[in-house]
Amino acid sequence: MLKVRGLNKKYGDTEVVRGLDLNVQRGECFGLLGPNGAGKTTTLRLLLGLTEPDSGSIEIAGIAVPQHARAARMKVGVVPQMDNLDPDFSVRENLLAYGRYFGMTKAAITVRVPMLLDFAGLANKADAQIAQLSGGMKRRLTLARALVHDPDILFLDEPTTGLDPQARHLIWQGLRRLLAEGKTIVLTTHFMDEAERLADRLAILDHGRVVVEGAPRDLIEAHIEPAVVEVFGEGIADWTRQHAATLCLRFETVGETLFCYTDAPDTVIDALKEVPALRYVHRPSNLEDVFLKLTGRDLRD
Amino acid sequence: MIKHLRLPRLSWRFIPVWQRNYLVWKKLAIPSILGNLADPMLYMLGLGFGLGSLLPDIEGMSYLSFLAAGTVAYSTMNAATFEVLYSSFSRMHVQRTWDAILNAPMTLDDVMLGELTWATSKSLLSGAAILAVIWGLGLFGNFWMTLWIIPVVALVGFCFGGMGLVMNAVSPSYDFFLYYFTLVITPMVLLCGVFFPVSQLPPLLQSVSAWLPLTHAIDLARPLVIGRVPGNITLHVVALVIYGSLGYIIALALTRRRLLK
Repeated sequence: MLKVRGLNKKYGDTEVVRGLDLNVQRGECFGLLGPNGAGKTTTLRLLLGLTEPDSGSIEIAGIAVPQHARAARMKVGVVPQMDNLDPDFSVRENLLAYGRYFGMTKAAITVRVPMLLDFAGLANKADAQIAQLSGGMKRRLTLARALVHDPDILFLDEPTTGLDPQARHLIWQGLRRLLAEGKTIVLTTHFMDEAERLADRLAILDHGRVVVEGAPRDLIEAHIEPAVVEVFGEGIADWTRQHAATLCLRFETVGETLFCYTDAPDTVIDALKEVPALRYVHRPSNLEDVFLKLTGRDLRD
Repeated sequence: MIKHLRLPRLSWRFIPVWQRNYLVWKKLAIPSILGNLADPMLYMLGLGFGLGSLLPDIEGMSYLSFLAAGTVAYSTMNAATFEVLYSSFSRMHVQRTWDAILNAPMTLDDVMLGELTWATSKSLLSGAAILAVIWGLGLFGNFWMTLWIIPVVALVGFCFGGMGLVMNAVSPSYDFFLYYFTLVITPMVLLCGVFFPVSQLPPLLQSVSAWLPLTHAIDLARPLVIGRVPGNITLHVVALVIYGSLGYIIALALTRRRLLK
């Protein structure tokens, strides 16, 4: 459905995308993860033909981009990072106006509107103004708007950033419904739980390159020890010096917390129980641990 | 900017953009028309009657007719300029409406052609409203001749719409537009014969005036109001077309650099 080969994009001297290869199958949900500035949004812009690559090729449903970007965009629905609903229109009018940009007739759009509103859970808000909608409703309407022309593939740029947990779950539910209908989804996010929940496969991007690619479970198994004990409290530095190397398979100190990666968490915990001043959290390792291991813990601003 | 400069690829896909703006305007049509009309009308009638009663005929017409002809061009220019500056800027930069449209199978050429034709339509309305006042007050020489003012007004709207889009493309914020009004629009109003004949200016300024688009607009509109065939029609039409088209092409390159890099 989506094929990217050797994609490069430079802004001045900064290489934002470096030799990117991607393959997304029909019906798959593919996650693009990476710290800020990793090249996720630029990649999406390249895929849409909104900016021209310096080299490399892109194919969406067999159509070359940017050469035939217009035709390709007929197949794509986009949910941008920042809401850009039309504030001068009501909910229904937003859908009507947007459908016309795809060359649809008013009649053809009108037929789809009830279904789209229903999908977005906005059936009773059809005539509401955009300013009256909550953040979650706006996102759902943006998602419905992306579906107005019944695209085969959806590009979602951080679809749940800034939403409360209830609203996020509603969006996820909608996305799973779309996947069940056979749509293909490409999703950028920096919420690891979101990627773990939705993506069949994902790629972690850093400095414009794919650092690692695979199914979330496989990545966790391949790259990280099965359990993590996070330890903090009075005397953590001494404890780390004396025990970390022997008790943990791998450890890391971030600020005042020790991350102890292990396959035998019980042994670590037994040792910790003898030092009441130390507190700890024991959890299975997750995608975030993989992400931080591969992209580092430095702040990216 | 040179890298982004190329001939626009025009397509009928600009129509949904025009339509979008029309549908929004329709919701507030009455206040919008009144707002567009009241200001030029007050100036025209206030100065026309007040100042006009003190003045002799100018170029063979009453001062009110003279001013009315200037006001047709002036208010058309203003309507087009305001639309592509403030309103287009809101859609491009503040509301990100253009971004949303560009995710659909639309090019920037389409979006900006939609904006330009919309600005032209709105300014047509504005010019036509002044024309209606000219008819109502009987300030014209030959009614049938005044009908030619309608295409002239559309051309003037196109011209200033295209020019204004350049400012839209380079503006960081609304405040920036003040420069354009202070440095371009206001001098133009004073140099191009809206309120008094260009022949009153010193020779140097007269030759500057001859190059300005509003002069060409007024040179077409004023004779038509008093029922004469304008001189140098081709020159004036070509000048307005060139100003507008060049504006559109340059604005397109600059906006491409701004949005699609």
